[in-house]
Amino acid sequence: MDRRKSLKSIVLGTVAGGLAIHGCKPEAGSEELVESPKITYPGRVPLEEELLAELEEEQFLNPHEIETLTVLCDLILPGSEEFKAASDAKVVDFIEFMAKDNEAFQPDIRGGVMWLDHKCNTENGVEFKAASQEQQKAILDEIAYYDPEVPSNERPFEVNFFSLVRNLTMTGFYTSKIGIEEIGYKGNMPNVWDGVPDDVLEQHGVAYEEEWLAKCVDQSKRGIIAEWDENGNLLT
Amino acid sequence: MQIIENATVYDAIIVGSGAGGGMATKVLSEAGLKVAVVEAGPFFDPALPEHQTQLKWPYESPRRGASTRFRPFGDFDAAYGGWDIEGEPYTQKDGTQFDWFRSRMLGGRTNHWGRISLRFGPNDFKHKDIDGYGDNWPISYDDVKPYYDKVDKLIGVFGTNEGLPNDPDGFFLPPPKPRLHELFYIKGARKSNVPVYPSRMSMLTKKINNDRGVCFYCGQCNRACQVYADFSAGTCLIFPAQKNGGQVDLFVNCMVREVTTDAEGKATGVSYINKEDRKEYKLKGRVVVLGASACSTARILLNSKSKQHPNGLGNSSDVVGKYLHDSTGADRAAFIPDLMNRKVSYNEDGVGGMHVYSPWWGDNSKLDFPRGYHIEVWGGMGMPNYGFGFNVNEFNKFFGTKVGGYGDVLRGEAKKYYGATMGISSRGESIALKENYCEIDPTTVDEFGIPVLRFHYKWSDLERNQAKHAHDTFEEIIHNMGGIPLGDKPGKDRDYGLHVPGRIIHEVGTTRMGDDPKTSVTNKFQQLHDVDNVFVVDAGVFTSQADKNCTWTILALSMRASEYIVDQLKQQNI
Repeated sequence: MDRRKSLKSIVLGTVAGGLAIHGCKPEAGSEELVESPKITYPGRVPLEEELLAELEEEQFLNPHEIETLTVLCDLILPGSEEFKAASDAKVVDFIEFMAKDNEAFQPDIRGGVMWLDHKCNTENGVEFKAASQEQQKAILDEIAYYDPEVPSNERPFEVNFFSLVRNLTMTGFYTSKIGIEEIGYKGNMPNVWDGVPDDVLEQHGVAYEEEWLAKCVDQSKRGIIAEWDENGNLLT
Repeated sequence: MQIIENATVYDAIIVGSGAGGGMATKVLSEAGLKVAVVEAGPFFDPALPEHQTQLKWPYESPRRGASTRFRPFGDFDAAYGGWDIEGEPYTQKDGTQFDWFRSRMLGGRTNHWGRISLRFGPNDFKHKDIDGYGDNWPISYDDVKPYYDKVDKLIGVFGTNEGLPNDPDGFFLPPPKPRLHELFYIKGARKSNVPVYPSRMSMLTKKINNDRGVCFYCGQCNRACQVYADFSAGTCLIFPAQKNGGQVDLFVNCMVREVTTDAEGKATGVSYINKEDRKEYKLKGRVVVLGASACSTARILLNSKSKQHPNGLGNSSDVVGKYLHDSTGADRAAFIPDLMNRKVSYNEDGVGGMHVYSPWWGDNSKLDFPRGYHIEVWGGMGMPNYGFGFNVNEFNKFFGTKVGGYGDVLRGEAKKYYGATMGISSRGESIALKENYCEIDPTTVDEFGIPVLRFHYKWSDLERNQAKHAHDTFEEIIHNMGGIPLGDKPGKDRDYGLHVPGRIIHEVGTTRMGDDPKTSVTNKFQQLHDVDNVFVVDAGVFTSQADKNCTWTILALSMRASEYIVDQLKQQNI
C-alpha cells in the first residue's frame, strides 16, 4: 500500500476510513494485503438500520387513534399566543414510533383510547375527540392526577394510561426543537466552561473557594501545550 | 472449507483494539515492529462525519436518544454492543448471574467509557498484606509508576496533586471548575466528613500536542469526540501509531477464534472468522498479544486447545477464567430543593461526567468490609433526552401539592424542577475469588461456531456490607446537601442495592499475573507462564481490582508489557 497517501489522508482528516484498513480477506499466499477502500458503517450498524427500516414500515396507530391522541396531547400541552402546542412538535408521530420501538406501550395506548371513547360516549353520547373541551377536561380531571404514595402498578388503568401519554408528550415536546427552545437549554455546542456565573451562585447561596479555583484551568492558556517539571507541577 | 493462510509473518499480532490492544499497537509499531491488529467489530473514527453522534440534537433520533438493544446507554452512545449481542450469546451457571458487556468496534469500550482515570495506589497492589484477603500482585506501585507517568503525558488527564497516600499524584492537566450541583455536593460531603477533590478524567482541558484538539465542553464524551479531545484507543493510540509511520495492519470485523501453536507448543499466530464472508483465516506472527478484554481473552485461551495444551493455552494452572471480579456499584438519586428555579442563562454542559469526586476515605480496619469505594456525582441542566419530563411534577409531593394534571401548569413545573435532581454513585472494590469464574460452555457456540463463555459469579457479604455502607453514606450526604433521597433505600432483600456483577463493566482477573505458575496465568510481565511468546495486555492480568476504575492501569501495564516484548525480541529471547 502507499503509505504516503494514507499519511496524507489522515493529516487531512478526510478519508481516514480508508487508511490502512484491510479487508478481512487476505489473498491466499500473496505478499501484500489488498487494501479495501472502506469498510465502515455510517454511525449506525446494519442491524440498527434494519430495525429502523422495519419500524418505519409498520403503522401502529389507526387514523382514529391518531386524531384522538392529537386532541389529548394538545390538552396536555396546548398552543397559545405564548406557547407552541404538542401537535406543533409532532408529538403523536413520536408516540407512534415509541409504541413500535417499545411494544409494551401498545396495549395501554390502544386500550386507553378505547377507554376514553367509552367514558365519553357513556357520559356525553359522543366520542372523546368530538366532545367539547369542557367535556374532555371533565374526563381528564378524573384521571390526570395520581397519588404518588400508591405504587404505580396499583393505580387504576386509566390513570396510568394518562400518565403514560403525559410522559411521552412531555418528552416528545421538550426534546423537539421548539421544546428545547422553550426550556431554554443552552448547550450542545462548542463552549469554554469557566464556572457558574456569579448571579447564579448568589441565587443558590453557594460560592467558589479561592483555593479550589486556584487549581482549575486558566482558560486563556488552554491552547498552550502542557509541560511539567519532574514533580508534576504544570509549567505552562 | 479450507482455512486461508496469509503469507505475511507479523512481528506481533494484537487481538483487540481497546485500551490494552491500542497501547500495545502504539508501543510495538513505534519500536519498528510490523503488527496486525485484529478487531472483532468495524472501523470507527469519530472524526468521520458519518460516524459522529456528538453534537446531534435529540430529535435527530426517532427515539430521542432512548436506549436500544444495540446501545444500552442510549441511541447516541458511541459504543455499540452491550450486554446482549445478537448471535454472540453467553450462558450462566448454578442460578448465578454475570452480565457481560462487549463493544465490537475499533477502540472497543474506550469509545464511551466515563474517562475516569485513576491510578492504583501502593496499597492496591499489596492489599493481602493489609487485610489478608485475596492475593498481592507480584509487582508494586513503584514498578508501575513510571508507566503511569508516561501515560499521563501521552494521553492527557486532568486532576490535581493532593499528596494522598493511596491515590497517587501524577502529571495532570488543570481541572474544570465545579458546576452548581457539584458545589452542593462539596458542601454536603464535607459536612459528612467525606473529602472531595477535583475529578481525574482523561479529557484535554489544555493542549498536549498538535494532533489532538482541546475539550470544547459539550459533555458528550460517551458519544466519542470528533476533535480527539478525550481518550479513546482508536483516536489516541492506533491512529497516531499509523500516522507516525508504524507498520500497522488493521483487520476489522475479524473475530479471533484461537491462538494457533506448533509442535513445540509455541504460538504461531491466530485463526479468525471474517464476519463479512464467514470464512476462517489464519495470520502468522512471532508474538501474540491478547487484549480482547478480560473475558474474551480467557475465552480465546480456553478455546486454544492442542496436544501440547490440552486444557487450553496457558492454562496448565487451571486458573484461566478464575478470579473474575467486577467493581461493585450502588447509586441513589436525590431532589435538591435549593436547586429549583434555575436560571437557564448559561451552558453548563462541562466535560462528559463529573468535575469533582471523592476517593475512598474510610478506615476499613474499623468497618465490616475490607475494601473501599469512591463516589461519583451527576446532575445539572443537561440536554433534554428521552425521559425528560417523565413524572414532571412528582416532586410536588414534597410540598403537599397535587401531582399530575395537564395544561400550561406542566410547562412551569418542567422549568421549576429542571436541574434540581442529582445522583451519587459508589464504585468499589470486590474481593477476587476463585469461585467466581468464566469457563467454556460445551453446549453452546456463537454464530461463528466458536464455543461461548459460561459464567458463575456470586457476591459475598463483604460486597453487600460495602454497598450498605455506601447507601448510608449517600443518605447522609444528601441530607447534608439539603436534599431528599428519591425512591426506597434498598435493604437486605435487594443486596443493599448492589448492582449485578458485570454491570459496572470493570471486570478483571481472569488471567491473573503472579510469580507462581501453579496459581497464576502470566508472569509479572504479562507473559504466559506456559508459552513465552503469548502476552495478555488487558485487565485479565489484574491480581486484584482497586476502588478505582481499571483503564489507566490497563494502559500503564500494557505499555510496560509492550516495552518488555520489544526488549525480549531484541535479545532474541522469544
